[in-house]
Amino acid sequence: MARMKFICDSERCIECNGCVTACKSEHDIPWGVNRRRVVTLNDGQPGERSISVACMHCSDAPCMAVCPVDCFYRTEEGVVLHDKDVCIGCGYCSYACPFGAPQFPSTGTFGMRGKMDKCTFCAGGPEANGSQAEFEKYGRNRLSEGKLPACAEMCSTKALLGGDGDEVADIFRTRVLSRGKSSEVWGWGTAYGKPTSGAPKPEEKATKS
Amino acid sequence: MKVILSVMALLLALAACERTQTAPSARKPDAEPWVGAATPFTAPGWKPGDQASWESQIRNRAASQNEYASHARPRE
Repeated sequence: MARMKFICDSERCIECNGCVTACKSEHDIPWGVNRRRVVTLNDGQPGERSISVACMHCSDAPCMAVCPVDCFYRTEEGVVLHDKDVCIGCGYCSYACPFGAPQFPSTGTFGMRGKMDKCTFCAGGPEANGSQAEFEKYGRNRLSEGKLPACAEMCSTKALLGGDGDEVADIFRTRVLSRGKSSEVWGWGTAYGKPTSGAPKPEEKATKS
Repeated sequence: MKVILSVMALLLALAACERTQTAPSARKPDAEPWVGAATPFTAPGWKPGDQASWESQIRNRAASQNEYASHARPRE
């Protein structure tokens, strides 16, 4: 299995914040903590674009590199998680993260600067899968229930895709080809390989749907 | 000159004896997701403990996000 990844399709995101709500509801996230949020560029102007942002579970995660107590780990599926029992709430990870993913609850351990909290790709933490201890510290462990992250599965326009990196890249590639675009899209080759590889041609699929 | 060189060589040799200053991580080990969870919310269609069936389940679940594909199926 490839690494778990999120992709947000800015052509489809309608800034409904359904992903944010799904995340907060699924994990019982406290007020003031946003594991996921929707960012809008050129808001109110023609051509504005929105994308849903959370931890991107980087392959070479800067948060892992700077953590002085080594509380981060990466699962076999490529999900970056951390152990809250080891975290000292120093905040280095929040400075290192280019996406602003690490959050610091204002209540609980360490008061105004609590232990770091972030998107877990709905994979919980090092506590027993599906246990109450895991839920209280990290939220639901949907991966161990055979499900994908709630934000992606709840997205009404399917702008936010989550799952096996090869699978979501194929879905996104098919969409971009259907829109009549291909390798001129910025970063295409770097992110998704050759446009012709992977998914079947969009014309074939259009006739079946 | 000989004394200085001897002292430098001694210091160099002693530097190699320095203990590592990195403490082992106190992180707890995590269970694999395909092991499953003791909750009544486990999705049907796969067998907890079977890695291949979990991977297949996750791939099918991801594929269901693709409305262009004929193999996309509604989630259970």
